[in-house]
Amino acid sequence: MTSLAAILVRDIRVSVRVGGGALIGVLFFLIVVTLAPLALGPDLNLLKRIGPAILWLAALLASLLALDRLFAADHDDGSLDLILLGRAPLEIVVAVKGVAHWLTTGLPLVVAAPPIGLFLNLDAPAAAALVLTLLVGTPALTFMGLIGAALAVTLRRGGLLLAVLVLPLTVPVLIFGVAAANAAVAGPAPFGTPFTVLCALTLASLVIGPFAAAAALRQEME
Amino acid sequence: MEAATHTGFIVAAYAFAFGVVGGLTAWVMADYRAQLRKLTALEKRGIVRRSAPPAGTIEQAKENA
Amino acid sequence: MAIADLANPTHFLKFANRAIPVLGGLASIAFAFGINQAINSPDDYQQGATVKIMYLHVPGAWLGMLGWGVMTVAALGTLVWRHPLADVAAKAAAPIGAAFTLMCLVTGSLWGRPMWGTYWVWDARLTSVLLLFLLYLGVIALWRTVEDPSRAARAAAVLTLVGAVDLPIIKFSVDWWNTLHQPASVFRMGGPTIDPALLVPLFVMTTAFTLAFFAFLLAAMRNEILRRRVRTLQLMQAGAVS
Repeated sequence: MTSLAAILVRDIRVSVRVGGGALIGVLFFLIVVTLAPLALGPDLNLLKRIGPAILWLAALLASLLALDRLFAADHDDGSLDLILLGRAPLEIVVAVKGVAHWLTTGLPLVVAAPPIGLFLNLDAPAAAALVLTLLVGTPALTFMGLIGAALAVTLRRGGLLLAVLVLPLTVPVLIFGVAAANAAVAGPAPFGTPFTVLCALTLASLVIGPFAAAAALRQEME
Repeated sequence: MEAATHTGFIVAAYAFAFGVVGGLTAWVMADYRAQLRKLTALEKRGIVRRSAPPAGTIEQAKENA
Repeated sequence: MAIADLANPTHFLKFANRAIPVLGGLASIAFAFGINQAINSPDDYQQGATVKIMYLHVPGAWLGMLGWGVMTVAALGTLVWRHPLADVAAKAAAPIGAAFTLMCLVTGSLWGRPMWGTYWVWDARLTSVLLLFLLYLGVIALWRTVEDPSRAARAAAVLTLVGAVDLPIIKFSVDWWNTLHQPASVFRMGGPTIDPALLVPLFVMTTAFTLAFFAFLLAAMRNEILRRRVRTLQLMQAGAVS
């Protein structure tokens, strides 16, 4: 147990320090949300209608950013080899790294979403629904992202490849996340239906992600 | 008159401004103490800068503060 | 004591140790005076008491721009004249300028909600100030990401000079575009259009915030100099530097 806790704490510390990129995700989130009205025009009614969608897209892209170095950094300094040789099952270690990544990248996005939503003229019920969907959905983004990060571990500049690999996997999460956020405000469909599916997607990703990522790592490192 | 209901906004604005100034003050003070602590710790272990007098800089810095 | 004398970090520390409490004390007095003024000043005939937010919002805007101005001069100091304290000043000014820009944005938002009915609108003045805030965050991220202080300083200097383009845009945005934000009412040809009764508290609060800004700046510069000493000593300890 202690070794897993150690990995969790270490990943969190590295992420928060220089070059780690914990809060850069939130900054990127803010920038993308700023770009949307500059491209779409300042009509506040339009922004309010598509606000949840823009925020979800921005959260998706911001989550993706920090995945780049998740395994690659460990591969570079040799700790990945140690992890593979260690006693803890690789799947569990990968899951723990996923948790650390979500705590430092996904959770800040959830917290930052309501004030940033003000820029898109989101009102309180819309913001609340959005936060709930992000809270449930961002772990799925992280854990599916683990797969791409593992596949791209041996590549020096795997950033864009990683995005290409991961984005299709995150499409269902995006669809149901936005559907739930919108359903809470407008729309005939109740919030519960897409939200339940979102929960199911996240739970599935918590299992599929680590297993697939571990398999990919074993393949890469042989 | 409408102005009565706006008091909340005025108070919130002043509270935020107070928070910013207070936060900056806390930040510079905490950082200062942290750096002095580290310098003292290093000095105790005998590690000093080439150009510094052996052991007086920290006390001087503290004295002047 | 010429600026050149302050180029030596040790001399600067002596200066800072004396100057910071003085500036802090003056700022506190000015704040006390200013808040008193703000409370007792008359209401605007149109906006009522809400106009008192102006005494926070305008200093915030001014200091946000001053902060980037300080960084720009420091950037030139780093790239052109290689002044030893330029790096330190640039790094110290960034979070302070960012904090005051945020104060400008938030107080402006709280002012806009009762006045315009919305917390935010994408007009030229607000957008350009938001961009300034994003630029601040970017340069802070840059400082934190590059390990070596001198490399970080040069990179930040380049970014600062490029970002300085935003300052005239902010200033003239209300003239160049049709904006919801009101046009210039203090620094304009023909003198201020604000009533003197409101101008006095504005002036006092601006002075208070500016004194505080410089107190924070000197304190942060002092901390940065000490931080670099710590880093050097730690590197010596590790045997990397003799």
